[in-house]
Amino acid sequence: MITVKNLYKSFGEKTVLQDVSTEFEEGKCNLIIGSSGSGKTVFLKCLVGLFTPEQGEIFYDDLSFTTLTTPERKALRQDIGMLFQGSALFDSMTVEQNVKFPLDMFTKLSNAEKLKRVNETLDRVNLKDANHKFPSEISGGMMKRVALARAIVLNPKYLFCDEPNSGLDPQTSMVIDKLIKDITTEFNITTVINTHDMNSVMEIGDNILYMYQGHPEWRGSSNDIIFSDNEKLNKFIFASEFLQDAKEMRMIEARKNK
Amino acid sequence: MFSKPENAKMYWKELMKQCMDIGIGSLPIVLIISVFLGAVMTVQTAYQLVADFIPKTTIAVIVRDSMMLELSPTVISLVLAGVVGSKIASELGNMRISEQIDALEIMGINTRSYLIAPKIMASMLTVPLLISLSIFVALLGGRFTAQATGIMDVFTFDEGLRSGFNGFNVWVAMIKAIVFAYIFSSVPAYFGYNVRGGALEIGRSSTLAVVVSCILILLADYVVTLIMLNAG
Repeated sequence: MITVKNLYKSFGEKTVLQDVSTEFEEGKCNLIIGSSGSGKTVFLKCLVGLFTPEQGEIFYDDLSFTTLTTPERKALRQDIGMLFQGSALFDSMTVEQNVKFPLDMFTKLSNAEKLKRVNETLDRVNLKDANHKFPSEISGGMMKRVALARAIVLNPKYLFCDEPNSGLDPQTSMVIDKLIKDITTEFNITTVINTHDMNSVMEIGDNILYMYQGHPEWRGSSNDIIFSDNEKLNKFIFASEFLQDAKEMRMIEARKNK
Repeated sequence: MFSKPENAKMYWKELMKQCMDIGIGSLPIVLIISVFLGAVMTVQTAYQLVADFIPKTTIAVIVRDSMMLELSPTVISLVLAGVVGSKIASELGNMRISEQIDALEIMGINTRSYLIAPKIMASMLTVPLLISLSIFVALLGGRFTAQATGIMDVFTFDEGLRSGFNGFNVWVAMIKAIVFAYIFSSVPAYFGYNVRGGALEIGRSSTLAVVVSCILILLADYVVTLIMLNAG
């Protein structure tokens, strides 16, 4: 579990995060949603330590991330995996070398054991026969899967995904969403996903945090979102007529099921 | 920048990779430039030394000392600032923009130690070797040109190379090589690592890195020459 208490972050005069407090549950897909400039990415970068907040605390289970010493933080980082928006694969390395890199750096396994682990992980993300390809030779969806494999190869306790579906077609987005969801449940990972994708919100959003102008505006699950009367949230989520119709249909279905 | 490596073997591997890239990768351009530097230097010196009372061996002495004290270390370093420096700046800049550096940070890797230190160390290790080779090849170029253009025969040229040799000049060349290597690896690394924005900024920082490196090399050349030749 990750607990955030009263987080503040500014850049110069501009306050990007104001008094953000929340919890991200273990074994669940915790989604952060919000319009562009709402502070989602800054929040995610504060969570993983790429930005230092001015005020507030972040707890990884019982460990206060903000007060950890450098060696303690380094140790904790090996429990953290991150899937970047642009995949952030090392372009001078093959798929296999990319996934093997954390094992090379942080484990004392033999080369055969590392390769076995790499192949198991690539299998887990449904990626076969791509071991010796370079990132420039594979599709965007495959790159995301390689990045996901690299993020989970050390069996992390916490997984962060920054817009995992950006630049992907709807079908590939669903595959990636399903993979993240399955891996989260299977390995009981605390997963935090920063997304714009409404399909992800409805399909995998166990817990959803809606950010508005750097402040948490609404919390709930994908079921709650249908019945929410929060105006700002509704404006953001159900922006088009099509989505409003979908909301109404879902509401009817939900009432029938009750 | 220098902290305990997360895995010494991986750092060593990276250092060797950089030595190959910077050292072996720059070898062809260094050899080509050096041959022509030596050849042109020989022809120009012969053109200027027209008095009969000056022995022909003096041409070889001037070529040798000029190559060793100034031309090889400085010209080759200025070229390497362009070749290696721009590569370092654009490589790190691209890694920064495409979040590869962030990915390494999140894994718990000290990116300054892992990405920058091996580049600087590899430059400081391989550039003195490249400069030594450059001096040797330049003298070969000069020797061949002297014979081919009829300025003097190779035996006279060799005699000139041997006469009045001062070992201290080799030290000057090596100190210059190490200082210049530090400049043209660390300055582009700084610009590349700290780049912000997109592809345009990578190009800009790469150009700026080369310009700043060249100016600093010329400044350092003056300072090292002043200190060492006055001391020598």
